[in-house]
Amino acid sequence: MTTNSASVSEASQWVEVCRLTDLTPDTGVCALIENKQIALFYSGKLNELFAIDNFDPIGKANVLSRGIIGSQGDRICVASPLYKQHFDLKTGECLEEPEHSVAAYAVKVEDEWVSIAIN
Amino acid sequence: MTTERIIVVGNGMVGHKFIDTVINSDNPENYEIVTFSEEPRLAYDRVKLSSYFSGSSVDDLMLTSEEHYQSSGVVYTLNDKVLEIDGDAKTVTTASGKVEGYDKLVLATGSFPFVPPIPGKDQPHCLVYRTIEDLEDITASAQESKVGVVVGGGLLGLEAANALKNLGLETHVVEFAPRLMAVQLDEGGGNLLRRKVESLDVNVHTEKNTKNIGAGKKRRYVMEFTDGSELETDMIVFSAGIRPQDELARNNGIDIGERGGIVVDNYCRTSVEDIYAIGECALWDGKIFGLVAPGYQMAKVAYAHINGDSDQFTGADMSTKLKLLGVDVASIGDAHARTPGAQTYTYEDGVNEVYKRIIVSEDGKKLLGAVLVGDAESYGTLQQMCVNDMALPESPEQLILPASDGSAGASMGVDALPDAAQLCSCLDVTKGDIVDAVQSGCCSMGDIKDKTGASTGCGGCAALVKSVMDKELENLGVEVNNHICEHFEYSRAELADIVRVKKIESFDALLDSHGKGLGCDICKPAVGSILASFWNDYVLEDKHIGLQDTNDIYLGNMQKDGTYSIVPRVAGGEITPDKLIVLGQVAKEFNLYTKVTGGQRIDLFGAQLHELPLIWKQLVDAGFETGHAYGKSLRTVKSCVGSTWCRYGVQDSVGMAIALENRYKGVRSPHKIKFGVSGCTRECAEAQSKDFGVIATENGWNLYVCGNGGMRPRHADLFATDLDDETLVKYIDRAMMFYIRTADRLQRTSVWLENLEGGLDYLRDVVINDKLNIAQELEDDMTSNIGKYQCEWKTTIENPEKLKRFRHFVNSEEQDTNLAYVVERDQRRPATEAERENHIPAVEVTA
Ligand SMILES: Cc1cc2nc3c(=O)[nH]c(=O)nc-3n(C[C@H](O)[C@H](O)[C@H](O)COP(=O)(O)OP(=O)(O)OC[C@H]3O[C@@H](n4cnc5c(N)ncnc54)[C@H](O)[C@@H]3O)c2cc1C
Repeated sequence: MTTNSASVSEASQWVEVCRLTDLTPDTGVCALIENKQIALFYSGKLNELFAIDNFDPIGKANVLSRGIIGSQGDRICVASPLYKQHFDLKTGECLEEPEHSVAAYAVKVEDEWVSIAIN
Repeated sequence: MTTERIIVVGNGMVGHKFIDTVINSDNPENYEIVTFSEEPRLAYDRVKLSSYFSGSSVDDLMLTSEEHYQSSGVVYTLNDKVLEIDGDAKTVTTASGKVEGYDKLVLATGSFPFVPPIPGKDQPHCLVYRTIEDLEDITASAQESKVGVVVGGGLLGLEAANALKNLGLETHVVEFAPRLMAVQLDEGGGNLLRRKVESLDVNVHTEKNTKNIGAGKKRRYVMEFTDGSELETDMIVFSAGIRPQDELARNNGIDIGERGGIVVDNYCRTSVEDIYAIGECALWDGKIFGLVAPGYQMAKVAYAHINGDSDQFTGADMSTKLKLLGVDVASIGDAHARTPGAQTYTYEDGVNEVYKRIIVSEDGKKLLGAVLVGDAESYGTLQQMCVNDMALPESPEQLILPASDGSAGASMGVDALPDAAQLCSCLDVTKGDIVDAVQSGCCSMGDIKDKTGASTGCGGCAALVKSVMDKELENLGVEVNNHICEHFEYSRAELADIVRVKKIESFDALLDSHGKGLGCDICKPAVGSILASFWNDYVLEDKHIGLQDTNDIYLGNMQKDGTYSIVPRVAGGEITPDKLIVLGQVAKEFNLYTKVTGGQRIDLFGAQLHELPLIWKQLVDAGFETGHAYGKSLRTVKSCVGSTWCRYGVQDSVGMAIALENRYKGVRSPHKIKFGVSGCTRECAEAQSKDFGVIATENGWNLYVCGNGGMRPRHADLFATDLDDETLVKYIDRAMMFYIRTADRLQRTSVWLENLEGGLDYLRDVVINDKLNIAQELEDDMTSNIGKYQCEWKTTIENPEKLKRFRHFVNSEEQDTNLAYVVERDQRRPATEAERENHIPAVEVTA
């Protein structure tokens, strides 16, 4: 299992959110960490985990965890379930409207527990 | 500028075209238009007259409407015949005694059916085939008859024979000449047509000259022929040619040809100043044109002349392509090889019943004409070569020989066509028009039809228009690429074939064998839908769940704030009071906004993820099933109440609607599918706006296909008539599976049909005549799909593992705090952004 290493710094704090077995390959879930909604995705094909904000800045609703994940060229993305813009799972960048990008978070798995790093 | 007053005598197809040309010109305000019609209604599509027998209504046939004429300032009088013209005083007088003055007079009086002067021809049940009233008479007569005879084996005669056959009569065609369609076909073509027509149970009698119609022994009449033979029949339809309706002109001093017809020049002017004649009543260069396209050209020419322009009528191509009694027949140019020195090539395939012949010039360089029976695919190519005087290929026989690889014969490079070449004669669309349309952005046949009207008339030019379009797209460097997305170099239809033939059961397997990358939100749902169409597994199974689109993945319709709406199935719109009460109670308990849908069911809005299973548990316990409102699949079968209650209903439309809805519920398809079932022709269920529309008749059901409401409304096409229950279901099974196999992603049936090469006729060939020999397979696929139906919500609420996904947070029982509502008309709705910013709390905005 590889994990996403987005923006981990000294100050980062790892928070355990669920077991790996709670996740279904190629889908997402939403985690609540200190009042923040974070979308967590599990790509079965890559065997990799990703986390970005759950809030869709374009549709203005907490829904990104419910989008379809896939690739656009080399980038791994989720498509918003509302209006289908793509968000890069490694950086949070919105491919169609970069001014509406979201934050990305580092993820790791230890002893079958998934943790997300927040600042 | 003063306005000119134009009187148009006759509001048939051509008279109307003239008026339409004026109305749509740059300066309609310069003209005041007055028209008289002897018929009780404004212009209708006589070319499609026969479709009246297969279910088209008078409304469907109308080319215009009284409202349209009124709003365009056209003054019209129906049921009034013009009897006199005073060319000096410039007035006309009608049967009702009206006298009207004109500046210009346009005669568009058409023609009338010729009835040979046979003793006994004026008795009851001796009819003709020209107007809607004629068809009403034929229908009435057929109800009192068992045997019918058509006199005349030409184009119209065979159409009439088809009508009699469809009315259930034992049908005979009596022809004076030695073969059918003697005007258009040579001997070989005529003989093959005869064999084909006879195999359809129409009796053909050639070289028969009727000398008397007397009282029959077994049937109403006996027709006595000059060769001594006889034929008994109950009714007769005369279709022995047409004669120009020139009486009005003849009686008022306008020049008439020796054998009839109002003489006109290249500007469609008659011998009397300011009087024009157009359409079938006009005689140009000694010729009458019995087709609508030349009439339309004359209408434009006459208008141009009145308007001070100098367009001329210089004759017209009389090539025709038709489907008569289901047989493709085409005749182009000099079909009889009458040109001196003409040489011919003939191809005859006795097994597949195809006859083709081309007539070329003495030097072998030009195509003069052609006859095609049984396969008229090359009509467009040949007709263009002929009218544009294009050079023939080295070995002209290639034009009619099947290519060795089994595909159609060599076709002409469309590049060779001049821009001015008229591709669609019905709507007068040239190659240049198509090229322009492509350059302005059209890239599908649907777009082209919308923009130019090409191939929306008889449809004979569709193949040619498509090749011009494809070629131009290629010239523009538009890669005509139908790949579904960057992950698969295949179209949806190709992926469907791969999945079906290779029995692929998961997205990952397909991606590994035929794709690249991870997939995306385009190919994943499309493949998910294809897998469901053929194998119909539970859509939330682990291997399928990641493929499901926004709505499918939580089996609900996501709304703008991320909550869901819930639509239980209410098959056919029939619901018991008890079930209605359950819906009310559930909606109340969960405070769901409630609305009745257009599909005769009830939509409950505002459920959060964690509430969905709780709500569905109650609904399933009360006997509800999922309504698949979230899926690209059958939505609803709308029905009217039908014969069980309605005074007018002729069949049980609700019963049929429920049966159809239960049969096809849950079948995933390229896009959503809607049905309607009406219990009588009043059509209260609006079935003709649905993908599949079913309308009750006295004898069964008429099936309509590929209609659509929505953004681009399309009336469904009548597909088959008077079907029994079993045949109806069989045809729908086949057509729907064929759609599932061949449509593009998110392509509704309406657009699918418009882009299907060969169109409605082809679809009939596949579904009814089993041209591709796949009907059984299509039915089996449908049966297997239906056999695996499950209510996805029932399966889900019984599966604790699946229920885990129905909560907002994976690590908390909290709910989404971003939701805000206001109350309007006693129910809640999501707060608007402005309301949120002003922190307007959830208060009632109305009493
Ligand atoms: C069954 C059928 C199938 C056909 N199929 C085809 C086809 O496939 N392709 C094709 O190109 N053509 C076809 N035609 C021929 C086509 O319909 C005619 O070419 C076309 O209708 C001619 O138009 P028109 O306006 O000249 O005549 P019409 O449409 O006949 O209109 C003339 C009108 O003038 C009225 N009128 C006559 N005299 C007077 C008067 N004195 N005062 C007031 N009103 C008057 C008549 O009542 C009539 O309504 C078909 C015709 C029929 C009947």
